[in-house]
Amino acid sequence: MAGMVERNGAGTIISHVGLIFGIAIVCFPIYLAIVASTVEQKDIVSPPLPLLPGGHFIENYKKALLSGVNIPVWRMLVNSTIMAMGIAIGKIVISLLSAFAIVYFRFPLRTFFFWMIFLTLMLPVEVRIVPTFEVIANFGMLNSYTGLILPLIASATATFLFRQFFMTVPDEIAEAARVDGAKPMRFFFDILLPMSRTNIAALFVILFIYGWNQYLWPLLITTDPEMNTIVMGIKQMFPSGDDLADWPVIMATALLAMLPPVLVVVFMQNLFIKGLVDAEK
Amino acid sequence: MEKRVTFKGWLLPLLLITPQVVVTAVFFFWPAGQAIYQSAFIPDPFGLKSQFVGWGNFQFIFTDPYYLASFKTTAIFSLSVTIVSMGVALWLALMADRIIKGAATYRTLLIWPYAVAPAIAGVLWLFMFNPRIGVVSWYLDKIGYDWNHVLNSNEAMLLVVLASAWSRISYNFLFFLAGLQSIPKSLVEAAAMDGAGFWYRFRTIVFPLLSPTTFFLLVVNIVYAFFETFGVIHTITAGGPQQATNIMVYKVYSDGFVGQDLGSSAAQSVVLLFVVGLLTILQFRYIEKKVHY
Amino acid sequence: MTTISLKDVKKSYGNLRVIHGVSVDIHDSEFIVVVGPSGCGKSTLLRMIAGLEDISEGEVCIDGKVVNHLEPMDRNIAMVFQNYALYPHMSVFDNIAYSLKIAKTSKAEIKQRVQETAELLQLGDYLDRKPRQLSGGQRQRVAMGRAIVRRPSVFLFDEPLSNLDAKLRVQMRLEIKRLQRQLGITSVFVTHDQVEAMTLGDKLMVLNDGRVEQFGTPVELYQKPRSIFVAQFIGSPSMNIVPVSEGHRLPNGAVVDHAVPKPQHTGELSLGIRPEHIDIEPASDVRFLIEMAEQLGANTLIHGVLEGSSAPLVVSLPGLHTLESLDASIGLRFQPENCHWFDTATGDRL
Ligand SMILES: Nc1ncnc2c1ncn2[C@@H]1O[C@H](COP(=O)(O)OP(=O)(O)O)[C@@H](O)[C@H]1O
Ligand SMILES: [Mg+2]
Repeated sequence: MAGMVERNGAGTIISHVGLIFGIAIVCFPIYLAIVASTVEQKDIVSPPLPLLPGGHFIENYKKALLSGVNIPVWRMLVNSTIMAMGIAIGKIVISLLSAFAIVYFRFPLRTFFFWMIFLTLMLPVEVRIVPTFEVIANFGMLNSYTGLILPLIASATATFLFRQFFMTVPDEIAEAARVDGAKPMRFFFDILLPMSRTNIAALFVILFIYGWNQYLWPLLITTDPEMNTIVMGIKQMFPSGDDLADWPVIMATALLAMLPPVLVVVFMQNLFIKGLVDAEK
Repeated sequence: MEKRVTFKGWLLPLLLITPQVVVTAVFFFWPAGQAIYQSAFIPDPFGLKSQFVGWGNFQFIFTDPYYLASFKTTAIFSLSVTIVSMGVALWLALMADRIIKGAATYRTLLIWPYAVAPAIAGVLWLFMFNPRIGVVSWYLDKIGYDWNHVLNSNEAMLLVVLASAWSRISYNFLFFLAGLQSIPKSLVEAAAMDGAGFWYRFRTIVFPLLSPTTFFLLVVNIVYAFFETFGVIHTITAGGPQQATNIMVYKVYSDGFVGQDLGSSAAQSVVLLFVVGLLTILQFRYIEKKVHY
Repeated sequence: MTTISLKDVKKSYGNLRVIHGVSVDIHDSEFIVVVGPSGCGKSTLLRMIAGLEDISEGEVCIDGKVVNHLEPMDRNIAMVFQNYALYPHMSVFDNIAYSLKIAKTSKAEIKQRVQETAELLQLGDYLDRKPRQLSGGQRQRVAMGRAIVRRPSVFLFDEPLSNLDAKLRVQMRLEIKRLQRQLGITSVFVTHDQVEAMTLGDKLMVLNDGRVEQFGTPVELYQKPRSIFVAQFIGSPSMNIVPVSEGHRLPNGAVVDHAVPKPQHTGELSLGIRPEHIDIEPASDVRFLIEMAEQLGANTLIHGVLEGSSAPLVVSLPGLHTLESLDASIGLRFQPENCHWFDTATGDRL
């Protein structure tokens, strides 16, 4: 109870004021984006920008979604959704399977594989950009969903998370299942998986955001605008020369790009926080 | 710690672990190996033949003033992002921790920027500070400051730092708040009853007890600033002006993809690998827990 | 009809041997209790019978067939665990039905058998609940139900009552006994609680440090403990062990009653006598210095030492006594027919 200290003093009021001020600063860029996405280009090119939203909301968003700049934004939204879901589900599936193998079996090379997965903690995609690109190019996976998803689904973090959780499942549960006649995969699907569902959901939230917000990788391997994801596609909407960018449409796109992950964070706040904390533990 | 119960057989577990191992091998170890291999060669301009140069690429990058400058840029950038973001987050968390009513609302309002991709954050800040049409630059102009990050290196650096720090505040806020809430309030209250003022309590009780969280965030934020801010740099400055914001990760990309200087890019990747290794050792206190549980 | 026999069963973890050759024959419908202090290897032994632990050496046979390499499922055993090990995400019904589902039993039959089992255990009203919505006793019943529903040929229990409070423990103890009688299923029950062991078992196996100290009926163990360990482990309060020196002298120099049969044995001797087998005999020169009295209701435990020595002794007297109602020093008589002699060095009965 922090409030016990100086509860009625100036402290609480200062805190409220400070927080509101802080939130205003944190939210200001987004507010501006909302305003910009509801006005016309001419309102923007003659600064300052009005401080209240304008009346061109539907027009701008319709233009963004249906025609965009290079490619309609709905297409990029679809691509982003597929990539984010693919990465989140892919990571969860392969991590569940490998964690299950590592915790519940003893097999040749087990320790070796464990450390091999562990080492990937130290190899973010950013440090091996060119060679990874070459691998994907050799597989002919440029401009494909497979190419977008596959290199990003190996995850030491998710494997460790599930490993840690499996360790906390009492040994007797697995023994009881064995006595009941469950074979390993039966135990996995009937018991381990349902018991892990909160962890899976929490991790899914984090991984969905992670996948949705990927930038560098899609930038490298999607040269075809049809395959652009929304987060990387925004940059492509800026004209290359000195031409003026179509700011209302770009800002509408920016807001569309942040909407799905923001909704996930706000509406699944508890899962999100659990996921965040679990992933870093 | 090991489980007492294990299932029998070795084929099934090998099958289960195969997808993870294959993906790891093909997309992690093979490319990392390639990076190390390529760092010892210079491909000819047509990409047909490579010439073995041994340490040549490393000698080249470590005498290249641009690369050395990029080291310094990265250091300044990462430290600034970390300090700004953690400072603001700690300040917000300290206030949120003192509030009973409405704390959940404040939390909700403060955590959603986590979901905004760094690249999108870059676009938002670019819009505010656009020299021609940006709102903030317009007001700065009104008070007599001519903002132009497209030409001014310091302003460019400031802008990418602000945008990167902004998108990290939520994360730091959440962890600081959790850290603060886990401090036994009786300790703080006892000090308050002894008449210790807020700052005194913060310095002598709260901050020391918060130090594990702070240390953890320090490392995590530096890693973030090193790697995940690529989107911010790419959308706002593309490394410019005059390489002023060309951090190491961005340089690997621009030399490798834009400049097509594969040998140098590979050598830079290998240097980054070492940096990651060092950061990981720093982080080991936390990773250790993952391994041993 | 199910018999179990263990033939020189051994278990090692690496170089550490925890079971040193256990051999025993368990007859059909028998209720065997394995009892011993914590860490002596009871669970390990039980888990080897269950098939949850590899057998390092020796053989486990069920119905004369060696089952060393059979999966638990194929041994047709059912097991109840100390922490119940209920599946937390499944309802009571699903918990009980799980093994039947795996065995591909028809829906109708599953329903009927779960219902029957639930009736037997008075769980009928709780079938839709999750384990966490049940009390400790109810969880215990579900664990039992999960074992019963399969109609196994062997029940294995690993300290199933130790997580219950004292009153419930007594109640469930009776219930387990009743069910076992009713179903007539060969059972092995592990516990560290000798009262539980005495009341439940047709036969008891006292295990100490991975070795069988004694195997027999509760009465045999009580009347003819084969070692000091068994003598002290079985029975409450525990048996007095008094060192006896040359000329059958007690530590305080008094000579043990002439009527007590004395074994011909050279070496250090110990005399074992249960507190309930000591009477007051004012004229005796075995003097007892009283230090404390515990009123248990039907009887009173008197703690003290043999006068003139520091050898502790506990005496159980019928009825209620207080320190005030007794003399500070009283004479004792050891009932001759209930005296036990042990070799102090080996602990073996003479
Ligand atoms: N997996 C194992 N590895 C090594 N030692 C073990 C293992 N399981 C049990 N033990 C040891 O074996 C002995 C017997 O254990 P256990 O059968 O659980 O005892 P009890 O059930 O009688 O308390 C103990 O000393 C214990 O430490
Ligand atoms: Mg045990």
